[in-house]
Amino acid sequence: MSRFVERHPAWALISIIAVAILLWLIFAVWPPGLEQAIGRKRVFLNALFNGITLGGLYFLVASGFTLIFGLMRNVNLAHGSLYLFGGYVGYAVSTATGSWVLSFIVAFILTALVGVLLQVLVFRRMEGQDLRQTMVTIGLSIVFADLMLWACGGDFYQIQTPNWLIGPVELPLVTAIKSSGEPVYLRYPSVRLVIFVASVVIGVAMWLALNRTRIGMIVRAGVDDRDMLAATGVRIQLVFVAVFAFGAGLAGMAGVVGGTFQSLSPGEDIRFLLASLVVVIVGGMGSIPGAALGALIIGLAEQLGSVYIPTYAIVVTFLIMVLVLAIRPQGLLARR
Amino acid sequence: MSLAHDAPRLAVRPATLAQRPARAWPEVNHPAAWAVAAILLIMPLIASGFFLIEIFASTLILGTIALSLMFLAGYGGMVSLMQLTIAGFSAYMVAVFGVSGNANISLGWPWWLAVPMALALATAFGTLGGALAVRTEGIYTIMITLAIGAAFYYFTNQNWAIFNGHTGINTVATPHFWGVNWRADIPFYYIVLAVAALCYFAVEYLARAPFGLALQGVRDNPRRMAALGFNVNAHRVAAYAFASFVAALAGVLQVWNYRQISPGSVSVGACIDVLIIAVVGGITRPIGPFIGALIFVLLRTFALDFLVRIGLDGNRFRLLIGLGFLAIVFWSSDGVIGLWQRWRQRRGADHSSGGRSHG
Repeated sequence: MSRFVERHPAWALISIIAVAILLWLIFAVWPPGLEQAIGRKRVFLNALFNGITLGGLYFLVASGFTLIFGLMRNVNLAHGSLYLFGGYVGYAVSTATGSWVLSFIVAFILTALVGVLLQVLVFRRMEGQDLRQTMVTIGLSIVFADLMLWACGGDFYQIQTPNWLIGPVELPLVTAIKSSGEPVYLRYPSVRLVIFVASVVIGVAMWLALNRTRIGMIVRAGVDDRDMLAATGVRIQLVFVAVFAFGAGLAGMAGVVGGTFQSLSPGEDIRFLLASLVVVIVGGMGSIPGAALGALIIGLAEQLGSVYIPTYAIVVTFLIMVLVLAIRPQGLLARR
Repeated sequence: MSLAHDAPRLAVRPATLAQRPARAWPEVNHPAAWAVAAILLIMPLIASGFFLIEIFASTLILGTIALSLMFLAGYGGMVSLMQLTIAGFSAYMVAVFGVSGNANISLGWPWWLAVPMALALATAFGTLGGALAVRTEGIYTIMITLAIGAAFYYFTNQNWAIFNGHTGINTVATPHFWGVNWRADIPFYYIVLAVAALCYFAVEYLARAPFGLALQGVRDNPRRMAALGFNVNAHRVAAYAFASFVAALAGVLQVWNYRQISPGSVSVGACIDVLIIAVVGGITRPIGPFIGALIFVLLRTFALDFLVRIGLDGNRFRLLIGLGFLAIVFWSSDGVIGLWQRWRQRRGADHSSGGRSHG
């Protein structure tokens, strides 16, 4: 951090000022002039929180995608289908048993199993042929999309939020002062907060597992040079299967999350595939912190964009991608 | 400085000289090719309106879009999923600048002004997208072009000022001049055939021209080509520009064909369909995309009846397409053309096992 300040004093100053302005916008009571210029503070805070929680969801989807790419150089364009599959499984389990937590577990396990099958039956046969693998994933995503349309129809599904998470919580953030002088606090859906906290926990756990454990060391070594890793006697195929299963399972879990605070329908697979593509292009292919940063940026851009410049929200997302590609083609946090 | 500029030309010259003898259009000299050309020319005598437009004109239009992808993927090694987006952009521009039912959006230019404008804008759009995509390599290109295509789809859905949201632009006017309604079945078929043939021969020619040879060199070994003094990225961007122009031409034909354009025609699924067409047909030769397009259009039109007849659900058309695509990717990396060539080789080997052998 201090080296960054020494190297780029101007950028450090700009980012400190930006963070200070953001903190002021969040915590201060807005003066009337500002409210007239850009709307009410409640709208801004809601968009900000929605952006951050959406970023959490995007991170869950994109981290599996980037992990699989980083290790196996496999652009899994069927990742969106795994997301939707997990969502449908979660919906089925939660309507059958009424347990929200159980639906996460079952969705994770079943999607991971699909991932294992894909890796063992399909991708192992064409190792090293990047383009062919990608084409196969495109074909698979078409087949999966049609099979799911067949099985579940074109309806919208929403997974029932459990009772203990229904309703808003009051956050200690003042949105306005009533004429009586009483402060009004921000109320925010608790289920979104819980999901966001869970995705942060998963992200931190993943980072710890990758950087502090033996398995994580093997995976990181595989990202750097898988041939050399195989030569040292590690059973690389087993590692591939495990990583693919984990990445697919994460996508399935994200499907349950998405089914809870958004909805499930055909077409969502493409939407989340696009989101994870943009997230990993922005953040850097194969990098978990990159996926987190990219997910946060894209989630915020989408939500703030849809509140303040509704017709051009998608263009903002796209412009961010173009800007990153123009300045840093390998992504913000990629090493190479 | 001048030395550096001369280097590419000097390096290309021997290659073109060596290539001259092979430049004798081998496929056109084949009797089957002449037969196909003759059948295509007299098609209006054989086929009725439905077959002429819905099957053959659609095939040629889709084939031309897929041809632009084949040029990029086969000769440049860049699999671009945004070719349909470029065609769709050009179609939208024809509708926006020309005459349509949405008078509040369309500017009402005559077609001979609107079409060059649409072609120029779509080519510029595709070239810009290509300039972005060449900043990365290989599979990243797929991701970036897919992201561009998807962003354009969502943008057309959201934007009402230019693209008229999800309803799109309807009743687009088609050209009338010299006393001919060029959207009537037979004249339109010949326009489509002429454009498709022009694009086909342009690709065929370019593949043997110095530029195409340099592009294939860039595909095979960019570092060596850079060391030889070629500007690798400039070649790639130029390839994108050419492919965008081809796709834009097809886009103009497409909007004239359906007389309307909506976000549904530029959806992500449709972008992927173009890749499927090119891969199923074969991305090693320019004829491949047209074969793929014929298969695709036939399946799209008749799969429903066929599936119902053998007792399955008629709505599973996309499942059939997906499975067919998977089968092709699994067993033949150069599509139907590859299967055909291998079958002929095997037959040739059987014949020649008695006497002569050929490589």
